Amino acid sequence: MADSFRISGAGRFSHAKTARFTFDDKPYSGIEGDTLASALLANGVHLVGRSFKYHRPRGILSAGAEEPNALVGIHRDAARKTPNVRATVQELYDGLTAVSQNRWPSLSFDVGAVNDVASPFFSAGFYYKTFMWPKAAWKSLYEPKIREAAGLGVSPDQPDPDHYSARFAHCEVLVLGGGAAGLAAALAAAESGVRVILVDEQAELGGALRFESAARIEGQDGWTWAQGIAARLKAMPNVRVLTRTTAFGYYAQNFVGLTERVTDHLSSPGMDQPRERLWQVRARRVVLATGAIERHMVFADNDRPGIMLASAARTYLNHYGVAVGRNVGVYTANDSAYAAALDLKKAGVNVAAIVDLRDNPSGDLIDQTRAAGIEIHGGRAVVSVGGKLRISSMTVQPRTGGKNQRTIPVDALLMSAGWTPSVHLFSQSRGKVAFNEQVKRFLPGTYAQDCISIGGCNGTDELSTCMDEAYAAGLKAAKDAGGKTAKAAKPKVEADEVWSRGMLGAAPGAEAGTTVKAFVDFQNDVTAKDIRQAVHEGMRSIEHVKRFTTNGMATDQGKTSNMHGLAIAADELSRAIPEVGLTTFRAPYTPVTFGSIVGHARGSLFDPTRRTAMHDWAERNGAAFEDVGQWKRAWYFPRAGEDMHAAVNRECVTVRKTAGLFDASTLGKIEVVGPDAAAFMELLYTNPWQKLDPGRCRYGLMLREDGFIYDDGVVGRLAADRFHVTTTTGGAARVMNHMEDYLQTEFPHLKVWLTSTSEQWAVIAVQGPKSRDIIAPLVEGIDISDAAMPHMSVREGKICGVPTRLFRMSFSGERGFEVNVPADYGETVWEALWAEGQKHGACAYGTEAMHILRAEKGYIIVGQDTDGTVTVNDAGIDWAIGRKKTDFVGIRGMKRPDLVAPGRKQLVGLKTKDPKVVLEEGAQIVADPNQPVPMTMIGHVTSSYWSENCGRSIALALVAGGRDRMGETLHVPMPDRTIEVEVTGTVFFDEKGEHLNG
Amino acid sequence: MVKGSQGVKSVQGAKNVQRTKRVQAAKKEAQTGDAVTVERREALAGRVFSAAGVTVTPLPPAERVSLRAPEDSVAALSRALGVTLPAKPKTSAAKAGRLAFWLGPDEWMVIDEGGKDPLADCARVKALHSAVGISHRNVAIAVTGPACEATVSAGCPQDLSLAVFPVGAVSRTVLGKAEIVLYRAAEDSFRIECWRSFSDYVFTFLSEAARDAAA
Amino acid sequence: MLLIRCPYCEEERPELEFRNAGEAHVARPADIAAISDEDFEAFFFIRSNPKGIIYERWRHIHGCARFFNAVRDTVSDKFVMTYKAGEPKPKKLPGVAK
Ligand SMILES: [Zn+2]
Repeated sequence: MADSFRISGAGRFSHAKTARFTFDDKPYSGIEGDTLASALLANGVHLVGRSFKYHRPRGILSAGAEEPNALVGIHRDAARKTPNVRATVQELYDGLTAVSQNRWPSLSFDVGAVNDVASPFFSAGFYYKTFMWPKAAWKSLYEPKIREAAGLGVSPDQPDPDHYSARFAHCEVLVLGGGAAGLAAALAAAESGVRVILVDEQAELGGALRFESAARIEGQDGWTWAQGIAARLKAMPNVRVLTRTTAFGYYAQNFVGLTERVTDHLSSPGMDQPRERLWQVRARRVVLATGAIERHMVFADNDRPGIMLASAARTYLNHYGVAVGRNVGVYTANDSAYAAALDLKKAGVNVAAIVDLRDNPSGDLIDQTRAAGIEIHGGRAVVSVGGKLRISSMTVQPRTGGKNQRTIPVDALLMSAGWTPSVHLFSQSRGKVAFNEQVKRFLPGTYAQDCISIGGCNGTDELSTCMDEAYAAGLKAAKDAGGKTAKAAKPKVEADEVWSRGMLGAAPGAEAGTTVKAFVDFQNDVTAKDIRQAVHEGMRSIEHVKRFTTNGMATDQGKTSNMHGLAIAADELSRAIPEVGLTTFRAPYTPVTFGSIVGHARGSLFDPTRRTAMHDWAERNGAAFEDVGQWKRAWYFPRAGEDMHAAVNRECVTVRKTAGLFDASTLGKIEVVGPDAAAFMELLYTNPWQKLDPGRCRYGLMLREDGFIYDDGVVGRLAADRFHVTTTTGGAARVMNHMEDYLQTEFPHLKVWLTSTSEQWAVIAVQGPKSRDIIAPLVEGIDISDAAMPHMSVREGKICGVPTRLFRMSFSGERGFEVNVPADYGETVWEALWAEGQKHGACAYGTEAMHILRAEKGYIIVGQDTDGTVTVNDAGIDWAIGRKKTDFVGIRGMKRPDLVAPGRKQLVGLKTKDPKVVLEEGAQIVADPNQPVPMTMIGHVTSSYWSENCGRSIALALVAGGRDRMGETLHVPMPDRTIEVEVTGTVFFDEKGEHLNG
Repeated sequence: MVKGSQGVKSVQGAKNVQRTKRVQAAKKEAQTGDAVTVERREALAGRVFSAAGVTVTPLPPAERVSLRAPEDSVAALSRALGVTLPAKPKTSAAKAGRLAFWLGPDEWMVIDEGGKDPLADCARVKALHSAVGISHRNVAIAVTGPACEATVSAGCPQDLSLAVFPVGAVSRTVLGKAEIVLYRAAEDSFRIECWRSFSDYVFTFLSEAARDAAA
Repeated sequence: MLLIRCPYCEEERPELEFRNAGEAHVARPADIAAISDEDFEAFFFIRSNPKGIIYERWRHIHGCARFFNAVRDTVSDKFVMTYKAGEPKPKKLPGVAK
């Protein structure tokens, strides 16, 4: 039985190697070059899936990307399970494992098929109407159940082990589609010398020449000509040919997304090969040569396995050497199906009859068919078919009705209602399609971008006309994009194939009033009746019909169904097709994997992870890290046996008793340089700067124009014309942008420049009473005595022989220094300081201890104790405003009525009545815990810690009118209890500030 | 006029210090009383990645200055630096181990790979300007080989063909999710500058991209 | 992804290098500390939000780092033209009917 439908001598892979595969665990063999679909058909398998809603048995409809039915799962291993793969696109490889979907327990016996019997209940809009009430049941009952029952295939539950790559590419001419037209256009453009990219979704170039056996170009059959041109193009240095590549999205300014399938066709892909490669192409000109897609006939039970598009059957025969049956019927309204019948007949397949809706089909092709002895039933329709898991017969009657029925046994039925130009990408480019009444097609109308449509997608039916149009378009595109005139001649077509018009909408027997299941959209199980029902229920626009019926909304996006659906709706509305409108085509053209979109941005490349110069030391010394934006910061340094709490307590106590070393490198640093540096600082910060002496530092506070606190940091004046500004870690980039914005656009007259030096300097904070003793032996050329270098000063000199900017400053309330050294020396200077620190019993401390130490002193952290709606007065730091200043950013905003109104939330301290209770940050505060719910919330906790130094918990909070509530008892309601707190000042430790010089 | 940091303490000696790249050198200088007692640890020390057609390598430390100046000062600065600051967008100038990149209409990055100190050269110029040392802020990576363009194109959206991005072209741009300065040193070689803490990301990105660049 | 012509770099560059910075030609009052609540509202909160031509600020943040102005059509998303910061609104727009 194996391969019993393979016809020897037919097809293009007769000498190819055997490839073994399984489908639902059953072993089969095919040949390399097959698709999964052609291999299954070669084995006589037509039943490959169950439909989405009714679980109806489904076969293979097409031989390409438009396939709505034959969706399978491809399983390489436990982690590589790809659902919803079109069997018509998946290339066969040795060892391929495929499984059918949407069936239980088996494909041929599926319990879900009860939906088919119960189908009157599942008509259009069923879900909308049925599950409206009661509302609560939607979340708890309906939605989970529907979700369980819905969907095709199963997603893998393990991380994807494949990798995906990405590439930006640029070219003068991008040709989308590698059929006869695309090849001719690419050739013309390429010979002009410009950069050309030619893209096709198939493994080989040639497009419809795969099946058009009668075409002859340049003295060769069409396919052979195509392979020759393809080889020629691939050899040209200015041409990139991408096969197995889908142009899925056409975006602004000729930016086109392509996804290239690199390994899905390989038996054992190499480790270095990406599974897919995303190309983001910018082209000067785009040539659309996307062809046309054959439509099915809409008649009763037109979804039975064995019923397929005529061009598909022809492709399986001429390209893969596979007969789709032994006794086939043809149902058509179009000439091209005759060519399929002729090819099959010539290959020895019996053609039982051709049923043509047209009364008197005529022409060469019809004459040849008749001459070949094939029965032609003109003016007749197929009104029903026999067989369930596979078609067994077709019943034919005159299209005008009557009892003159005849049942003809067939094992396959080929159909063609005509060809729909693929205007998807044109439409995505925002071009407007226009309906051509004469040929009943939507064709490219008004162009929105620098592109041109040629061939089938432009409604050009004859191959010779196609070739002329394509070659001219390729030449013009290249010329418009700056190319020279090509020398080569236009390919000559000696024998044409022609596609005629066909018909749109439901065929006789499925017209209005009938109840048969004549499918329009196979994948979403939408019938002609469903479309009519949508119209009856009031849908007028095709956009409404689409959403009500889900016609065209499946993964195939209605490639075969849109025009039929539209025609049926228009007919029912008694309106012309253009009046009902065409739905919008959206990207992606065919489904794109998440992997392809993600590309390299996985794992460590998902987002940059920034590490300081001292990171490795912290890691070697057991630090736990926390994420602060993109930075990894040492959080605490647990010693053996310590948990976080114990480690942090020890670090906090050690800093105040002796000293601690802290990595402050992540703070933003900006060097402000120029004669107007001080004037600029005056405008950007609330504080006065003109009179700050070089060598001194000041806490700087920055507002936005709206008057709210934006950032803060210590600023050192290095010289009259040079400031070393620091920002918060999280604010570094936006503060720089904010400063540049004002400098470039509001204050461009100032002679000053800004340079980010955040990463030039590694910063080691040495804090605590022993800090000076620790740095003293290593510092050269700076007098660090209190007299020479008081709190809030800065000096330049050396430490360990490397240049340093040494700040005397404190974020802990203790005597402290911040040692800035060039980043590459950060770790080794730290090590030197650490060695000195060890002599004094100093510790390394992390961000958690840093937060607690500053909270003990009531120092705010912008972004934690402020949230973008906190004013200077709210934060209780009015002293930071230069009262005599007449301008700075925020000077007007901070005086807005709401910002100076009484009752605003103000920053205060909170002490829990039970000192052991630590509040939760973010917890809400109420005045009266006995008030009914919802309570009036008067504030919230912004910072809260256990303070080992204070022997109790401490917290900062924003409380309405907080500073007038000193000593008041407030309440923090929590799920299990209500916590009593007392409002206090914000300084919990060393209120007089004596430790700064201690 | 923008002088260095005269108000505080001279930065004298900085150039000697930064010239000293290794402990060995430091020991030698210890005898002259200008001792660097700690070693320099580069962010990408020891890393290199090779694939078919392309190699990704960290470049040795260099002296770098972020230079800002109005048009009037350009001639004086060029003289002091020994390299003509380019005036055209996306261009660079190179002379005697010194590179000058146009980054913006009043912004250049000056790189010295010969151990000389361009910051000191700028300090001698009286004309209005801002010179800030950024030697340690940046890390440089070379992407070399016939597949270098494909490698960088994995994450950089600019057209890097020789016609559009010729030898000597330089631009601040993006690579994946990081900002870089991209300089075409030769037909088959790019120099990429990024901030120190992004260097791991940039190097890893380029390595990943290099695996696929031969395609 | 759009291409945006930077008036300082004098060529079109990919959108990834740029950042939008809100409406253009909204000048910060020189005497801002003295203006009325109404004037502050007009300056700080009120934006034009037109259907059609809009004047915007953009920054070539990952390029030359300059802020500049752009004329864009909010219906088509298309850039009509760009010009340097500080330059007045262009009197004539290429390809735009009055
Ligand atoms: Zn620019």
